[in-house]
Amino acid sequence: MSAFLTVNSLSAVLHGFDQRVLRSVSFSIDTGEVLGLVGESGAGKSMIGKAILGILPSAISIIEGEILLNGEDLQKMRPADRRRLVGATAALIPQDPLTALNPSRRIEPQITNRLVDILGWSKSDARVRAMELLNEVHIDSPERVMGSYPHELSGGMRQRVLIASAFAANPKLVIADEPTTALDVTVQKQILRLIRELQARHATAMVFVTHDLGVVSKVCQRLSVLYGGKIIENSRVPDFFKGPRHAYSRALLAATPKYTDPDASLLPVDDAVIEAVAAEVLAADKEWRHGA
Amino acid sequence: MAHETVAEQLDTERDVLFSASGLEVAFPDMAAKPVFGRAPMVRILNGIDLEITRGSVLGIVGGSGSGKSTLGRALLRLVEPTAGTILFDGRDITDLNEDALRPIRRRMQMIFQDPMSSLNPRRRVGAIIADPMQMHGFDHISTRVDEALDHVGLPRSFRSRYPHELSGGQRQRVGIARAIALKPEFILADEIVSGLDVSSQAQVLNVLAELVEELGLTLAFISHDLSVIRRLCDTVMVLQRGDVVEYGDAEGVFAAPKAAYTRELLDAIPLPDPQQSGW
Repeated sequence: MSAFLTVNSLSAVLHGFDQRVLRSVSFSIDTGEVLGLVGESGAGKSMIGKAILGILPSAISIIEGEILLNGEDLQKMRPADRRRLVGATAALIPQDPLTALNPSRRIEPQITNRLVDILGWSKSDARVRAMELLNEVHIDSPERVMGSYPHELSGGMRQRVLIASAFAANPKLVIADEPTTALDVTVQKQILRLIRELQARHATAMVFVTHDLGVVSKVCQRLSVLYGGKIIENSRVPDFFKGPRHAYSRALLAATPKYTDPDASLLPVDDAVIEAVAAEVLAADKEWRHGA
Repeated sequence: MAHETVAEQLDTERDVLFSASGLEVAFPDMAAKPVFGRAPMVRILNGIDLEITRGSVLGIVGGSGSGKSTLGRALLRLVEPTAGTILFDGRDITDLNEDALRPIRRRMQMIFQDPMSSLNPRRRVGAIIADPMQMHGFDHISTRVDEALDHVGLPRSFRSRYPHELSGGQRQRVGIARAIALKPEFILADEIVSGLDVSSQAQVLNVLAELVEELGLTLAFISHDLSVIRRLCDTVMVLQRGDVVEYGDAEGVFAAPKAAYTRELLDAIPLPDPQQSGW
Protein backbone atom coordinates (compact mmCIF):
# COMPACT_ATOMS: atom_id res chain seq x y z
CA MET A 1 0.00 0.00 0.00
CA SER A 2 1.38 3.39 -0.84
CA ALA A 3 1.53 6.00 1.91
CA PHE A 4 -0.93 8.87 2.13
CA LEU A 5 1.80 11.49 2.16
CA THR A 6 5.24 10.89 0.69
CA VAL A 7 8.04 13.44 0.69
CA ASN A 8 10.88 12.46 -1.62
CA SER A 9 14.39 13.97 -1.34
CA LEU A 10 13.02 17.47 -0.86
CA SER A 11 15.62 20.26 -0.94
CA ALA A 12 15.08 23.99 -0.53
CA VAL A 13 17.30 27.07 -0.64
CA LEU A 14 17.10 30.54 0.83
CA HIS A 15 17.45 33.15 -1.92
CA GLY A 16 20.93 34.59 -2.23
CA PHE A 17 22.56 31.74 -0.31
CA ASP A 18 24.43 28.77 -1.61
CA GLN A 19 23.53 26.46 1.25
CA ARG A 20 20.39 24.37 1.30
CA VAL A 21 17.97 24.90 4.19
CA LEU A 22 16.22 21.57 3.56
CA ARG A 23 18.60 18.79 2.58
CA SER A 24 17.09 15.88 0.63
CA VAL A 25 14.35 15.27 3.18
CA SER A 26 12.39 12.03 2.66
CA PHE A 27 9.64 10.45 4.73
CA SER A 28 6.17 9.04 4.35
CA ILE A 29 3.04 8.84 6.50
CA ASP A 30 0.17 6.40 6.27
CA THR A 31 -3.46 7.20 6.97
CA GLY A 32 -4.04 7.33 10.74
CA GLU A 33 -0.35 7.65 11.54
CA VAL A 34 1.43 10.41 13.49
CA LEU A 35 5.01 11.33 12.60
CA GLY A 36 6.99 13.61 14.93
CA LEU A 37 9.49 16.05 13.41
CA VAL A 38 11.98 16.92 16.14
CA GLY A 39 14.91 19.32 16.28
CA GLU A 40 16.27 22.49 17.79
CA SER A 41 15.15 25.91 16.61
CA GLY A 42 16.38 26.47 13.08
CA ALA A 43 16.54 22.76 12.23
CA GLY A 44 13.92 23.24 9.52
CA LYS A 45 11.12 21.26 11.13
CA SER A 46 8.42 23.93 10.67
CA MET A 47 9.66 24.56 7.16
CA ILE A 48 8.81 21.02 6.11
CA GLY A 49 5.23 21.50 7.28
CA LYS A 50 5.01 24.77 5.39
CA ALA A 51 6.48 23.19 2.24
CA ILE A 52 3.77 20.51 2.29
CA LEU A 53 1.03 23.10 2.69
CA GLY A 54 2.62 25.35 0.06
CA ILE A 55 2.95 28.30 2.42
CA LEU A 56 6.73 28.73 2.45
CA PRO A 57 7.91 32.35 2.73
CA SER A 58 8.70 33.76 -0.71
CA ALA A 59 12.44 33.91 0.07
CA ILE A 60 12.63 30.12 0.21
CA SER A 61 12.19 27.97 -2.85
CA ILE A 62 12.13 24.24 -3.40
CA ILE A 63 14.85 23.17 -5.83
CA GLU A 64 14.24 19.46 -6.07
CA GLY A 65 12.16 16.60 -4.77
CA GLU A 66 8.50 15.74 -4.76
CA ILE A 67 5.60 15.91 -2.34
CA LEU A 68 3.01 13.25 -3.10
CA LEU A 69 -0.36 13.78 -1.45
CA ASN A 70 -2.55 10.76 -2.00
CA GLY A 71 -0.47 9.94 -5.08
CA GLU A 72 -0.59 13.41 -6.66
CA ASP A 73 2.62 15.33 -7.08
CA LEU A 74 1.93 18.77 -5.56
CA GLN A 75 5.01 20.34 -7.11
CA LYS A 76 3.76 19.63 -10.62
CA MET A 77 0.25 21.01 -10.08
CA ARG A 78 -0.98 24.44 -11.15
CA PRO A 79 -0.97 26.75 -8.07
CA ALA A 80 -4.76 27.15 -8.10
CA ASP A 81 -5.37 23.38 -8.33
CA ARG A 82 -2.80 22.76 -5.65
CA ARG A 83 -4.45 25.25 -3.30
CA ARG A 84 -7.83 23.66 -3.87
CA LEU A 85 -6.53 20.14 -3.24
CA VAL A 86 -4.46 21.06 -0.19
CA GLY A 87 -7.25 23.26 1.18
CA ALA A 88 -9.71 20.40 0.94
CA THR A 89 -7.49 17.61 2.30
CA ALA A 90 -5.00 19.21 4.70
CA ALA A 91 -5.14 21.56 7.68
CA LEU A 92 -2.74 23.32 10.02
CA ILE A 93 -2.79 23.64 13.80
CA PRO A 94 -0.51 26.63 14.35
CA GLN A 95 1.81 27.36 17.25
CA ASP A 96 0.57 30.66 18.56
CA PRO A 97 -3.19 30.71 19.02
CA LEU A 98 -3.32 34.48 19.46
CA THR A 99 -1.65 35.48 16.21
CA ALA A 100 -3.41 32.76 14.22
CA LEU A 101 -6.85 34.17 14.97
CA ASN A 102 -8.03 37.45 13.54
CA PRO A 103 -8.43 39.73 16.58
CA SER A 104 -11.14 41.86 15.02
CA ARG A 105 -13.53 39.07 14.02
CA ARG A 106 -15.74 36.80 16.10
CA ILE A 107 -14.91 33.09 16.36
CA GLU A 108 -17.80 31.81 14.25
CA PRO A 109 -16.70 33.09 10.83
CA GLN A 110 -13.13 32.07 11.60
CA ILE A 111 -14.24 28.44 11.83
CA THR A 112 -16.88 28.43 9.10
CA ASN A 113 -15.02 30.42 6.43
CA ARG A 114 -13.13 27.48 5.03
CA LEU A 115 -16.26 25.35 4.86
CA VAL A 116 -18.10 28.05 2.97
CA ASP A 117 -15.27 29.29 0.73
CA ILE A 118 -13.42 26.12 -0.16
CA LEU A 119 -16.02 23.40 0.21
CA GLY A 120 -19.02 25.46 -0.85
CA TRP A 121 -21.20 24.71 2.17
CA SER A 122 -24.16 26.90 2.99
CA LYS A 123 -23.70 29.28 5.91
CA SER A 124 -26.28 27.54 8.06
CA ASP A 125 -24.77 24.06 7.47
CA ALA A 126 -21.35 25.44 8.32
CA ARG A 127 -22.74 26.93 11.51
CA VAL A 128 -24.22 23.61 12.61
CA ARG A 129 -20.93 21.88 11.89
CA ALA A 130 -19.00 24.55 13.83
CA MET A 131 -21.22 23.96 16.87
CA GLU A 132 -20.63 20.22 16.61
CA LEU A 133 -16.90 20.78 16.42
CA LEU A 134 -16.79 23.02 19.46
CA ASN A 135 -18.62 20.26 21.31
CA GLU A 136 -16.06 17.79 20.04
CA VAL A 137 -13.19 19.84 21.46
CA HIS A 138 -15.00 19.89 24.82
CA ILE A 139 -16.07 23.52 24.89
CA ASP A 140 -19.03 23.74 27.27
CA SER A 141 -20.83 26.75 25.83
CA PRO A 142 -20.24 26.70 22.06
CA GLU A 143 -22.93 29.33 21.51
CA ARG A 144 -21.08 31.87 23.66
CA VAL A 145 -17.65 31.03 22.22
CA MET A 146 -18.89 31.40 18.63
CA GLY A 147 -19.94 34.96 19.40
CA SER A 148 -16.73 35.86 21.27
CA TYR A 149 -13.65 37.67 20.07
CA PRO A 150 -10.27 35.91 20.47
CA HIS A 151 -9.12 38.23 23.29
CA GLU A 152 -12.09 37.13 25.40
CA LEU A 153 -10.83 33.53 25.46
CA SER A 154 -7.95 31.97 27.41
CA GLY A 155 -4.94 30.49 25.62
CA GLY A 156 -6.23 26.94 26.03
CA MET A 157 -9.66 27.91 24.69
CA ARG A 158 -8.12 29.63 21.66
CA GLN A 159 -6.07 26.54 20.91
CA ARG A 160 -9.25 24.43 21.15
CA VAL A 161 -10.93 26.75 18.66
CA LEU A 162 -8.00 26.34 16.26
CA ILE A 163 -8.08 22.58 16.62
CA ALA A 164 -11.81 22.63 15.93
CA SER A 165 -11.25 24.72 12.85
CA ALA A 166 -8.41 22.47 11.67
CA PHE A 167 -10.66 19.40 11.87
CA ALA A 168 -13.67 21.26 10.45
CA ALA A 169 -13.49 19.91 6.90
CA ASN A 170 -12.55 16.35 7.91
CA PRO A 171 -8.96 16.71 6.72
CA LYS A 172 -7.01 13.62 5.75
CA LEU A 173 -3.75 15.27 6.79
CA VAL A 174 -3.08 17.63 9.70
CA ILE A 175 0.16 19.52 10.23
CA ALA A 176 0.51 20.43 13.92
CA ASP A 177 3.26 23.03 14.29
CA GLU A 178 4.28 23.14 17.97
CA PRO A 179 0.63 23.41 18.99
CA THR A 180 1.29 23.41 22.75
CA THR A 181 4.51 25.39 23.28
CA ALA A 182 2.57 28.53 24.23
CA LEU A 183 0.50 26.70 26.88
CA ASP A 184 1.22 25.72 30.47
CA VAL A 185 1.67 22.06 31.39
CA THR A 186 -1.82 21.20 32.62
CA VAL A 187 -3.46 22.81 29.59
CA GLN A 188 -0.85 21.17 27.36
CA LYS A 189 -1.90 17.77 28.63
CA GLN A 190 -5.57 18.45 27.85
CA ILE A 191 -4.76 19.72 24.38
CA LEU A 192 -2.46 16.79 23.54
CA ARG A 193 -5.16 14.36 24.63
CA LEU A 194 -7.68 16.21 22.52
CA ILE A 195 -5.45 16.13 19.43
CA ARG A 196 -4.85 12.40 19.94
CA GLU A 197 -8.55 11.75 20.36
CA LEU A 198 -9.57 13.63 17.20
CA GLN A 199 -6.68 12.20 15.20
CA ALA A 200 -7.65 8.64 16.15
CA ARG A 201 -11.39 9.17 15.59
CA HIS A 202 -10.89 10.62 12.12
CA ALA A 203 -7.90 8.37 11.26
CA THR A 204 -6.01 11.47 10.19
CA ALA A 205 -2.43 11.31 9.00
CA MET A 206 -0.49 13.83 11.05
CA VAL A 207 2.86 15.59 11.03
CA PHE A 208 3.63 16.77 14.56
CA VAL A 209 6.37 19.39 14.75
CA THR A 210 7.92 19.91 18.20
CA HIS A 211 11.22 20.35 20.04
CA ASP A 212 9.94 18.44 23.08
CA LEU A 213 10.72 14.72 23.07
CA GLY A 214 8.38 14.30 26.03
CA VAL A 215 5.49 15.41 23.82
CA VAL A 216 6.64 13.14 20.97
CA SER A 217 6.55 10.12 23.26
CA LYS A 218 2.88 10.87 23.95
CA VAL A 219 1.41 11.49 20.50
CA CYS A 220 3.63 10.00 17.79
CA GLN A 221 4.19 6.50 16.45
CA ARG A 222 7.32 7.39 14.53
CA LEU A 223 9.76 10.30 14.61
CA SER A 224 12.42 11.95 12.47
CA VAL A 225 15.21 13.92 14.12
CA LEU A 226 16.42 16.91 12.13
CA TYR A 227 19.63 18.88 12.21
CA GLY A 228 20.41 21.67 9.75
CA GLY A 229 17.48 20.73 7.53
CA LYS A 230 18.60 17.10 7.22
CA ILE A 231 16.94 14.06 8.75
CA ILE A 232 19.61 12.32 10.77
CA GLU A 233 17.51 9.59 12.34
CA ASN A 234 14.20 7.89 11.55
CA SER A 235 12.84 5.72 14.28
CA ARG A 236 9.77 4.10 15.71
CA VAL A 237 8.86 5.81 18.99
CA PRO A 238 9.23 2.78 21.31
CA ASP A 239 12.66 1.96 19.83
CA PHE A 240 13.85 5.55 20.01
CA PHE A 241 13.13 5.95 23.70
CA LYS A 242 14.87 2.67 24.48
CA GLY A 243 18.03 4.14 22.97
CA PRO A 244 18.43 6.47 19.99
CA ARG A 245 20.96 5.34 17.39
CA HIS A 246 22.50 8.68 16.50
CA ALA A 247 24.79 10.48 18.98
CA TYR A 248 22.98 13.76 18.36
CA SER A 249 19.60 12.19 19.14
CA ARG A 250 21.02 10.78 22.35
CA ALA A 251 22.28 14.26 23.31
CA LEU A 252 18.88 15.76 22.54
CA LEU A 253 17.20 13.17 24.75
CA ALA A 254 19.67 13.94 27.57
CA ALA A 255 18.81 17.65 27.31
CA THR A 256 15.12 16.94 27.83
CA PRO A 257 14.09 17.80 31.40
CA LYS A 258 13.02 14.87 33.54
CA TYR A 259 11.95 15.70 37.07
CA THR A 260 12.13 12.05 38.11
CA ASP A 261 15.84 11.94 37.39
CA PRO A 262 17.25 15.49 37.59
CA ASP A 263 20.87 14.37 37.26
CA ALA A 264 20.27 12.62 33.96
CA SER A 265 18.45 15.53 32.34
CA LEU A 266 19.00 19.10 31.19
CA LEU A 267 22.49 18.34 29.92
CA PRO A 268 23.34 20.82 27.16
CA VAL A 269 24.26 19.24 23.84
CA ASP A 270 28.03 18.76 23.79
CA ASP A 271 30.02 20.88 21.30
CA ALA A 272 31.77 17.77 19.98
CA VAL A 273 28.42 16.17 19.16
CA ILE A 274 27.28 19.33 17.36
CA GLU A 275 30.53 19.44 15.35
CA ALA A 276 30.19 15.80 14.39
CA VAL A 277 26.60 16.15 13.20
CA ALA A 278 27.42 19.39 11.36
CA ALA A 279 30.30 17.63 9.60
CA GLU A 280 27.95 14.80 8.66
CA VAL A 281 25.52 17.30 7.14
CA LEU A 282 28.30 18.98 5.14
CA ALA A 283 29.63 15.65 3.90
CA ALA A 284 26.14 14.77 2.69
CA ASP A 285 26.05 18.16 0.96
CA LYS A 286 29.26 17.40 -0.90
CA GLU A 287 27.94 14.06 -2.03
CA TRP A 288 24.71 15.68 -3.16
CA ARG A 289 26.58 18.34 -5.20
CA HIS A 290 28.63 15.61 -6.76
CA GLY A 291 25.50 13.75 -7.74
CA ALA A 292 23.89 16.90 -9.12
CA MET B 1 1.86 23.32 57.77
CA ALA B 2 4.50 23.40 55.08
CA HIS B 3 5.05 27.01 56.09
CA GLU B 4 6.18 26.08 59.55
CA THR B 5 8.71 23.51 58.47
CA VAL B 6 10.41 26.04 56.24
CA ALA B 7 10.27 28.73 58.92
CA GLU B 8 11.82 26.32 61.43
CA GLN B 9 14.62 25.46 59.09
CA LEU B 10 15.34 29.11 58.53
CA ASP B 11 15.36 29.78 62.26
CA THR B 12 18.83 28.30 62.62
CA GLU B 13 20.46 30.60 60.06
CA ARG B 14 18.26 33.65 59.94
CA ASP B 15 19.99 35.43 57.11
CA VAL B 16 16.81 36.38 55.30
CA LEU B 17 17.32 38.61 52.27
CA PHE B 18 13.73 38.96 51.12
CA SER B 19 10.57 38.43 53.07
CA ALA B 20 6.92 39.22 52.62
CA SER B 21 3.99 38.80 54.93
CA GLY B 22 0.31 38.98 54.15
CA LEU B 23 1.08 40.19 50.65
CA GLU B 24 -2.09 40.98 48.72
CA VAL B 25 -2.52 42.36 45.24
CA ALA B 26 -5.81 43.30 43.60
CA PHE B 27 -6.56 44.96 40.29
CA PRO B 28 -9.74 46.72 39.17
CA ASP B 29 -11.71 44.48 36.82
CA MET B 30 -12.36 46.88 33.95
CA ALA B 31 -14.47 44.33 32.07
CA ALA B 32 -17.00 44.40 34.91
CA LYS B 33 -16.89 48.16 35.46
CA PRO B 34 -20.31 49.82 35.47
CA VAL B 35 -20.67 52.92 33.30
CA PHE B 36 -20.67 55.09 36.40
CA GLY B 37 -18.76 54.25 39.53
CA ARG B 38 -15.76 52.15 40.36
CA ALA B 39 -14.74 48.87 38.82
CA PRO B 40 -14.91 45.94 41.25
CA MET B 41 -11.51 44.66 42.43
CA VAL B 42 -10.20 41.24 41.45
CA ARG B 43 -7.86 39.64 43.95
CA ILE B 44 -4.73 38.22 42.35
CA LEU B 45 -2.80 37.29 45.49
CA ASN B 46 -4.40 36.35 48.80
CA GLY B 47 -2.05 37.09 51.67
CA ILE B 48 1.25 35.47 50.69
CA ASP B 49 3.99 34.89 53.30
CA LEU B 50 7.46 34.01 52.18
CA GLU B 51 11.10 34.20 53.20
CA ILE B 52 14.09 33.86 50.92
CA THR B 53 17.42 33.23 52.64
CA ARG B 54 20.57 34.74 51.22
CA GLY B 55 22.20 32.48 48.66
CA SER B 56 19.17 30.26 48.15
CA VAL B 57 17.01 29.67 45.11
CA LEU B 58 13.23 29.80 45.43
CA GLY B 59 11.10 28.30 42.69
CA ILE B 60 7.63 29.78 42.21
CA VAL B 61 5.33 27.48 40.22
CA GLY B 62 1.74 27.53 39.06
CA GLY B 63 -0.49 27.42 36.01
CA SER B 64 -1.34 30.52 33.99
CA GLY B 65 -3.33 32.95 36.09
CA SER B 66 -2.04 31.56 39.39
CA GLY B 67 -0.41 34.88 40.27
CA LYS B 68 3.22 33.76 40.09
CA SER B 69 4.41 36.65 37.93
CA THR B 70 2.38 39.13 39.97
CA LEU B 71 4.03 37.84 43.15
CA GLY B 72 7.49 38.31 41.65
CA ARG B 73 6.69 41.79 40.43
CA ALA B 74 5.11 42.78 43.75
CA LEU B 75 8.30 41.75 45.58
CA LEU B 76 10.32 44.09 43.34
CA ARG B 77 7.67 46.82 43.79
CA LEU B 78 6.85 46.73 40.08
CA VAL B 79 3.18 46.29 40.96
CA GLU B 80 1.75 47.94 44.06
CA PRO B 81 0.56 45.57 46.76
CA THR B 82 -2.83 46.43 48.26
CA ALA B 83 -1.90 44.97 51.66
CA GLY B 84 1.01 43.33 53.43
CA THR B 85 4.65 44.22 53.97
CA ILE B 86 7.83 43.51 52.02
CA LEU B 87 11.21 43.51 53.72
CA PHE B 88 14.42 43.59 51.69
CA ASP B 89 17.58 42.97 53.70
CA GLY B 90 15.69 43.88 56.87
CA ARG B 91 14.31 47.13 55.52
CA ASP B 92 10.62 47.74 54.92
CA ILE B 93 10.31 48.71 51.25
CA THR B 94 6.52 48.42 51.01
CA ASP B 95 5.88 52.16 51.02
CA LEU B 96 9.17 53.61 49.80
CA ASN B 97 8.79 56.12 46.98
CA GLU B 98 10.69 55.83 43.68
CA ASP B 99 13.56 58.10 44.81
CA ALA B 100 14.16 56.12 47.97
CA LEU B 101 13.84 52.86 46.05
CA ARG B 102 16.37 53.68 43.33
CA PRO B 103 19.55 52.71 45.22
CA ILE B 104 17.82 49.50 46.30
CA ARG B 105 16.70 48.75 42.74
CA ARG B 106 20.31 48.13 41.73
CA ARG B 107 20.46 45.35 44.30
CA MET B 108 17.41 43.54 42.91
CA GLN B 109 17.36 42.77 39.22
CA MET B 110 15.01 41.00 36.88
CA ILE B 111 15.38 38.75 33.85
CA PHE B 112 12.34 38.65 31.57
CA GLN B 113 10.52 35.91 29.73
CA ASP B 114 10.76 37.20 26.22
CA PRO B 115 14.32 38.29 25.43
CA MET B 116 13.31 39.82 22.11
CA SER B 117 10.95 42.34 23.65
CA SER B 118 13.09 43.04 26.72
CA LEU B 119 16.23 43.92 24.72
CA ASN B 120 16.18 47.16 22.75
CA PRO B 121 16.35 46.06 19.09
CA ARG B 122 18.16 49.24 18.06
CA ARG B 123 21.00 49.04 20.60
CA ARG B 124 24.01 46.80 20.47
CA VAL B 125 24.58 44.16 23.13
CA GLY B 126 27.42 46.18 24.69
CA ALA B 127 25.21 49.23 25.13
CA ILE B 128 22.31 47.16 26.44
CA ILE B 129 24.51 45.82 29.23
CA ALA B 130 26.24 49.17 29.86
CA ASP B 131 23.15 51.42 30.09
CA PRO B 132 21.89 50.37 33.53
CA MET B 133 25.45 50.61 34.91
CA GLN B 134 25.71 54.16 33.59
CA MET B 135 22.44 55.05 35.26
CA HIS B 136 23.66 53.71 38.58
CA GLY B 137 26.99 55.55 38.26
CA PHE B 138 29.38 52.61 37.89
CA ASP B 139 33.02 53.14 36.88
CA HIS B 140 35.14 51.04 34.44
CA ILE B 141 31.98 50.17 32.56
CA SER B 142 33.71 48.73 29.51
CA THR B 143 35.68 46.22 31.58
CA ARG B 144 32.52 45.29 33.46
CA VAL B 145 30.66 44.61 30.20
CA ASP B 146 33.44 42.20 29.18
CA GLU B 147 33.29 40.49 32.57
CA ALA B 148 29.53 40.10 32.38
CA LEU B 149 29.79 38.51 28.92
CA ASP B 150 32.52 36.17 30.21
CA HIS B 151 30.29 35.16 33.09
CA VAL B 152 27.44 34.06 30.84
CA GLY B 153 29.76 32.34 28.37
CA LEU B 154 29.32 34.68 25.41
CA PRO B 155 32.31 35.87 23.36
CA ARG B 156 33.32 39.49 24.02
CA SER B 157 32.91 40.21 20.31
CA PHE B 158 29.14 39.97 20.86
CA ARG B 159 29.29 43.54 22.25
CA SER B 160 28.89 44.89 18.75
CA ARG B 161 25.98 42.64 17.76
CA TYR B 162 22.32 43.54 17.70
CA PRO B 163 19.73 41.35 19.48
CA HIS B 164 18.24 40.10 16.19
CA GLU B 165 21.62 38.64 15.25
CA LEU B 166 21.54 36.29 18.24
CA SER B 167 19.71 33.01 18.86
CA GLY B 168 17.03 32.80 21.56
CA GLY B 169 19.40 31.20 24.07
CA GLN B 170 22.10 33.79 23.40
CA ARG B 171 19.62 36.63 23.83
CA GLN B 172 18.50 35.23 27.14
CA ARG B 173 22.15 35.11 28.23
CA VAL B 174 22.46 38.80 27.34
CA GLY B 175 19.49 39.38 29.66
CA ILE B 176 21.34 37.55 32.41
CA ALA B 177 24.55 39.49 31.71
CA ARG B 178 22.67 42.79 31.98
CA ALA B 179 21.24 41.74 35.33
CA ILE B 180 24.46 40.47 36.93
CA ALA B 181 26.57 43.39 35.65
CA LEU B 182 24.98 45.54 38.37
CA LYS B 183 26.28 43.16 41.06
CA PRO B 184 22.81 42.61 42.48
CA GLU B 185 22.11 40.49 45.53
CA PHE B 186 18.75 39.30 44.28
CA ILE B 187 17.55 38.30 40.82
CA LEU B 188 14.00 37.54 39.75
CA ALA B 189 13.88 35.24 36.71
CA ASP B 190 10.37 35.14 35.23
CA GLU B 191 9.82 32.16 32.88
CA ILE B 192 13.18 32.78 31.29
CA VAL B 193 13.49 29.44 29.52
CA SER B 194 9.93 28.72 28.43
CA GLY B 195 10.48 30.17 24.95
CA LEU B 196 13.65 28.15 24.30
CA ASP B 197 14.22 24.71 22.84
CA VAL B 198 15.52 21.99 25.14
CA SER B 199 19.25 22.29 24.52
CA SER B 200 19.23 26.11 24.91
CA GLN B 201 17.10 25.64 28.02
CA ALA B 202 19.76 23.39 29.47
CA GLN B 203 22.50 25.89 28.61
CA VAL B 204 20.72 28.88 30.15
CA LEU B 205 19.85 26.96 33.31
CA ASN B 206 23.43 25.78 33.71
CA VAL B 207 24.77 29.32 33.30
CA LEU B 208 22.32 30.48 35.95
CA ALA B 209 23.18 27.64 38.35
CA GLU B 210 26.91 28.42 38.02
CA LEU B 211 26.34 32.13 38.65
CA VAL B 212 24.28 31.47 41.75
CA GLU B 213 27.20 29.49 43.13
CA GLU B 214 29.98 31.78 41.93
CA LEU B 215 28.45 35.14 42.82
CA GLY B 216 26.46 33.98 45.82
CA LEU B 217 23.25 35.22 44.20
CA THR B 218 19.82 34.86 45.71
CA LEU B 219 17.31 33.87 43.09
CA ALA B 220 13.56 33.62 42.66
CA PHE B 221 12.78 31.50 39.63
CA ILE B 222 9.26 31.60 38.23
CA SER B 223 8.10 28.81 35.94
CA HIS B 224 5.05 26.79 35.02
CA ASP B 225 7.26 23.76 34.46
CA LEU B 226 8.24 21.85 37.59
CA SER B 227 10.87 19.79 35.78
CA VAL B 228 12.85 22.97 35.13
CA ILE B 229 12.52 24.02 38.79
CA ARG B 230 13.82 20.70 40.02
CA ARG B 231 17.32 21.22 38.70
CA LEU B 232 17.84 24.66 40.17
CA CYS B 233 15.82 25.35 43.30
CA ASP B 234 16.28 24.76 47.03
CA THR B 235 12.73 25.65 48.01
CA VAL B 236 9.54 25.53 45.98
CA MET B 237 6.32 27.49 46.35
CA VAL B 238 3.27 26.28 44.44
CA LEU B 239 0.56 28.83 43.73
CA GLN B 240 -3.00 28.20 42.66
CA ARG B 241 -5.37 31.10 42.02
CA GLY B 242 -3.42 33.41 44.30
CA ASP B 243 -3.07 31.01 47.23
CA VAL B 244 -0.01 29.10 48.36
CA VAL B 245 -0.97 25.43 48.18
CA GLU B 246 2.48 24.05 48.92
CA TYR B 247 5.71 25.55 50.23
CA GLY B 248 8.73 23.54 51.25
CA ASP B 249 12.18 22.31 50.29
CA ALA B 250 12.43 21.12 46.71
CA GLU B 251 13.49 17.59 47.56
CA GLY B 252 10.39 17.04 49.69
CA VAL B 253 7.94 18.64 47.28
CA PHE B 254 9.11 16.41 44.43
CA ALA B 255 9.40 13.23 46.47
CA ALA B 256 6.07 13.56 48.29
CA PRO B 257 3.88 16.44 47.12
CA LYS B 258 1.22 17.26 49.71
CA ALA B 259 -1.19 19.28 47.63
CA ALA B 260 -3.37 17.65 44.98
CA TYR B 261 -2.58 20.57 42.68
CA THR B 262 1.17 19.93 42.90
CA ARG B 263 0.51 16.28 42.00
CA GLU B 264 -1.55 17.46 39.04
CA LEU B 265 1.25 19.74 37.83
CA LEU B 266 3.79 16.93 38.13
CA ASP B 267 1.58 14.42 36.33
CA ALA B 268 1.00 16.85 33.47
CA ILE B 269 4.69 16.96 32.57
CA PRO B 270 5.28 14.78 29.53
CA LEU B 271 8.33 12.70 30.37
CA PRO B 272 10.35 11.34 27.45
CA ASP B 273 8.88 7.89 28.03
CA PRO B 274 6.09 6.37 25.92
CA GLN B 275 5.05 4.18 28.86
CA GLN B 276 4.41 7.02 31.35
CA SER B 277 1.22 6.30 33.27
CA GLY B 278 -1.67 8.72 33.40
CA TRP B 279 -1.44 9.59 29.70
